[in-house]
Amino acid sequence: MILAHRSLEAGSLQLEIKLVDALIQSKPKARQRLLLEAGIVAAIALLLLFVIPPILVGSGQGFRVNLLGRYLALAIAALGIDLIWGFTGILSLGHGVFFALGGYSLAMFLLLQLPDGQLPDFFSPYGVTELPWLWQPFYSLPFTLFAIVFIPTIVAAILGYLVFRNRIRGVYFSILTQAALIVFFNFFNGQQKLINGTNGLKTDTATIFGQTVSSPPIQAFLYTLTILLLVGGYALSRWLTSGRSGRLLVAVRDDEARMRFSGYDPTMFKVLVFAISAGLAGIAGALYTVQSGIITPQAMNIAFSIEMVIWVAVGGRATIVGAILGTLIVNFAKSILSEQYAQIWYFFQGGLFLIVVTVLPGGILGWLREDGVRLVRSQINKRRPLQTYPSLEEDPDVQYERKNLTNRESDR
Amino acid sequence: MSEKILQIENLTVNFDGFRALNNLNFSLDTGELRVIIGPNGAGKTTFLDVITGKTKPTTGQVTFKGKSIKGNVEYQIARLGVGRKFQTPRIYLNLTPRENLELSCNRYKNVWNALFGKPSSAERRTVAGLIETIGLETKADLKAALLSHGEKQRLEIGMLVAQSPDLLLVDEPVAGLTDEETENVGNLLLALAESHSIIVIEHDMEFVRQIARKVTVLHQGTVLCEGSMDEVQNDPRVIEVYLGKQEDDHAAA
Amino acid sequence: MLSGLLDGIFSGISLGSVLLLAALGLAIVFGLMGVINMAHGELMMLGAYTTYMVQNALKGTPLFGIYIFIALIAAFIVTAIFGLVLERGVIRYLYGRPLETLLATWGVSLILQQLVRSVSWQLVTIVALFCLLFFGAMWIVARRTDFERARGWFLTIMIPLSAAAAIATGNVLGTLYKPAFTKLWFDARNVDVTAPKWLRGGFPIAGTQFSYARIFIIVLTIACVVGVYWFLNNTSWGLRIRSVTQNRTMSACLGIPTKKVDALTFALGSGLAGLAGCAVSLLGSVGPNTGQNYIVDTFMVVVVGGVGKLAGSIIAALAIGTANYLIGSNTLVDLTAPIKPLSDTFAFFSTISMAKVLVFALIIAFLQFRPGGLFPQKGRTVDA
Repeated sequence: MILAHRSLEAGSLQLEIKLVDALIQSKPKARQRLLLEAGIVAAIALLLLFVIPPILVGSGQGFRVNLLGRYLALAIAALGIDLIWGFTGILSLGHGVFFALGGYSLAMFLLLQLPDGQLPDFFSPYGVTELPWLWQPFYSLPFTLFAIVFIPTIVAAILGYLVFRNRIRGVYFSILTQAALIVFFNFFNGQQKLINGTNGLKTDTATIFGQTVSSPPIQAFLYTLTILLLVGGYALSRWLTSGRSGRLLVAVRDDEARMRFSGYDPTMFKVLVFAISAGLAGIAGALYTVQSGIITPQAMNIAFSIEMVIWVAVGGRATIVGAILGTLIVNFAKSILSEQYAQIWYFFQGGLFLIVVTVLPGGILGWLREDGVRLVRSQINKRRPLQTYPSLEEDPDVQYERKNLTNRESDR
Repeated sequence: MSEKILQIENLTVNFDGFRALNNLNFSLDTGELRVIIGPNGAGKTTFLDVITGKTKPTTGQVTFKGKSIKGNVEYQIARLGVGRKFQTPRIYLNLTPRENLELSCNRYKNVWNALFGKPSSAERRTVAGLIETIGLETKADLKAALLSHGEKQRLEIGMLVAQSPDLLLVDEPVAGLTDEETENVGNLLLALAESHSIIVIEHDMEFVRQIARKVTVLHQGTVLCEGSMDEVQNDPRVIEVYLGKQEDDHAAA
Repeated sequence: MLSGLLDGIFSGISLGSVLLLAALGLAIVFGLMGVINMAHGELMMLGAYTTYMVQNALKGTPLFGIYIFIALIAAFIVTAIFGLVLERGVIRYLYGRPLETLLATWGVSLILQQLVRSVSWQLVTIVALFCLLFFGAMWIVARRTDFERARGWFLTIMIPLSAAAAIATGNVLGTLYKPAFTKLWFDARNVDVTAPKWLRGGFPIAGTQFSYARIFIIVLTIACVVGVYWFLNNTSWGLRIRSVTQNRTMSACLGIPTKKVDALTFALGSGLAGLAGCAVSLLGSVGPNTGQNYIVDTFMVVVVGGVGKLAGSIIAALAIGTANYLIGSNTLVDLTAPIKPLSDTFAFFSTISMAKVLVFALIIAFLQFRPGGLFPQKGRTVDA
């Protein structure tokens, strides 16, 4: 500390002026940029709400609106994956659990929208005559909304705490989450009398507000709700990954031990981000369920949870827009390819995993940022005149240094 | 004699039958700068591991500022006021030096503050000052991964200072540095010693000579001898296990 | 009561030995390279399908009686070669990035699953032709000095071109020789391997039937464990593998060809998966998803066993296998019948899938005490 003060005294005046300048300059700029971003997000949301659906319907592809709604719901889950894997570097292969928990919560609420004393249909073949206690709280809408977000969050927090506090991480954590996934899958499959086992819960014939869930007005409402929640999820992710918390997430990824010896408890940060991402997956599960009309334990098969990771990887990990973009691209590719040739999709998907990991580790956005800009520039504008060596000139670090550091040296 | 900041009694660490530390006793006064030397495998790093809670002692106890640290894990010990610099620089490579320092400087290290807290202007000023002290003004906003080895070493020492611990544990701070950088780090440590208690582990005898007031020699997990540099260098046991004849000649020359 | 317990222990051990056989290769690879191979289950499946093909090929010949041994060798070789290709083609680019390796091998496992579903002479021709055209062209062009600059162009031109040529040829051949050429080898249905006569049935002890097939698997597992142990401890390559496991950098400095060691270990691990697949085919029908049923359990074996020692994997596999069987069958329910609440609890978990729930809970509880597994690595080298 003494040193710090000493040097402050030496150049204190100059430094303070510089600091104040920086503050004055940076504040409005940051705010401007934030406003611009909010504007763009709002514009895209409006586009998705009012422009795209009519176009799709007009071109005879009306069912794709429903698909778009579902994939936007999946994008919310992808945001969660991006938070935990993209930024924090923890690979969870068990997010299907949280997705399913959210989906089942909402499905149970919808199935209970019945006249008094009636039970959901599926109970009768099993001879269940009394509503199981597990279902009782789901009569209430507030509880259901709470459950969609917080049951996954709490499950994730408990599981995460038990695992993280023992410093189990890396691939160990990944395969433990996968085991947890299988365990929940088995459990849900086995509980016929409770939640209809393998057959799952069908929501599309349930009624709410006097309409079936699959009717156009309700679906339009759900589509809107999905977009609003996606925007909310985007804002949450942006907030979490900027500022101090964002830096701490990166710190967890870079060097956990350093964090610990600096007095931070990485366990709590990891539990926090795992729980938040589980909450997002829960919301995604609920929205996806009501738009696809059914939730079954298949939401917890191994493949689906790993797929979530590949959405983020394709879009570009640690970029929030990338998670959303990747989800839409991969899922539309899936729906288009598997409509034509189901078998090619699997080859394609397997190839996608390989390509993204080996050739395109930054995903689409990462590639655009790093190489794409350079490639386009070199194609359009030829090469820029060189002053030294090509390797030096084109090195982004050197460019950065030249731009930022030479100015500052000349300030003195 | 001033109060002891660190006291270690009968410390033994047993790795599967191998005693990395063997019945070690050690104490450090508040405000003291102590250099620990010892041949490879003497248990120097394990010694730091135990103080910072990374390794649990098999028997014995460590008392920091009069309280036993038993049962505390690393981050709790760090919050008590023990800072540590590793052998190889450990910094957050994907953050800038400024952000690295800010994270260390932050006083409130809980989750809540991470979400809602903002660096205070005092903190920001401290960080700006530290960046000048460690000479990274021009690179303060580059990713730390782009720094050179020496710059990373300095940044980690800077992070340690920003944490403002009462006891600094510094493991081989000049490994891989040039002579000039070594001297700079030495001066930095001496300046820090004015207000902190410091334990330095080092192999570089020139460097030890530059900074050492009191030296502790570890050998096979126990304290072999303790004293000023000259006393230690003339101790026959030390010459036998560590410095050897050649080292002696070298030091004399 | 006694026979029930005996039966439980025997079945548990035989389940555990399948797990061990499957986990052995995984544990070696994980210990050496820190890589979790998600395609390990699919390599098992390949081994099982190889067994099926060997059985079909030898049907009616005098060798049919001992086809299982030929199948074991064939399965080992096929999967080992496949593992070698996988390591050279993908995994070696990903060392030091275990999570990415995990994702990449998952991609491989998807491709393999679909491959057995849709493999036919047509597909084989297309793939072979594509490789021939693409890598052939690459081989020719790569000798030019300015190849690096034109690499991007080369790839964008040659990949579609070779693919188009290969697919066109495949389709033409497909229409010319219609049924034989496009007929799927296996399709998506499960296939059955019939055990040779001397492996059917079993001998009774104390009212329990000890199935010969299961005894065969136990013996096979013991042979594999002993073989691997001997290989690691008594051969020069085993010594190299162990040295790379402990300190990769130092081994490289001492002139050990770490890349060859990696490739060899991966091939060995994959070959062991093939043997496991062969064993699994004796227990039930084989399908494209066969591998998926085993991977999670084998991963758990690696987690519980720790990476330090072979013994960890052995104990973990037997423990998990026995626990799974004892909980999943009614054995524990009967045993604890006098204590009502306990037996009710066990009854709740007494299906194969519910047993996994309880076993997982036990594993998590175990990891609270021994986070590094049964035999964790100790000392200062372990990173906190």
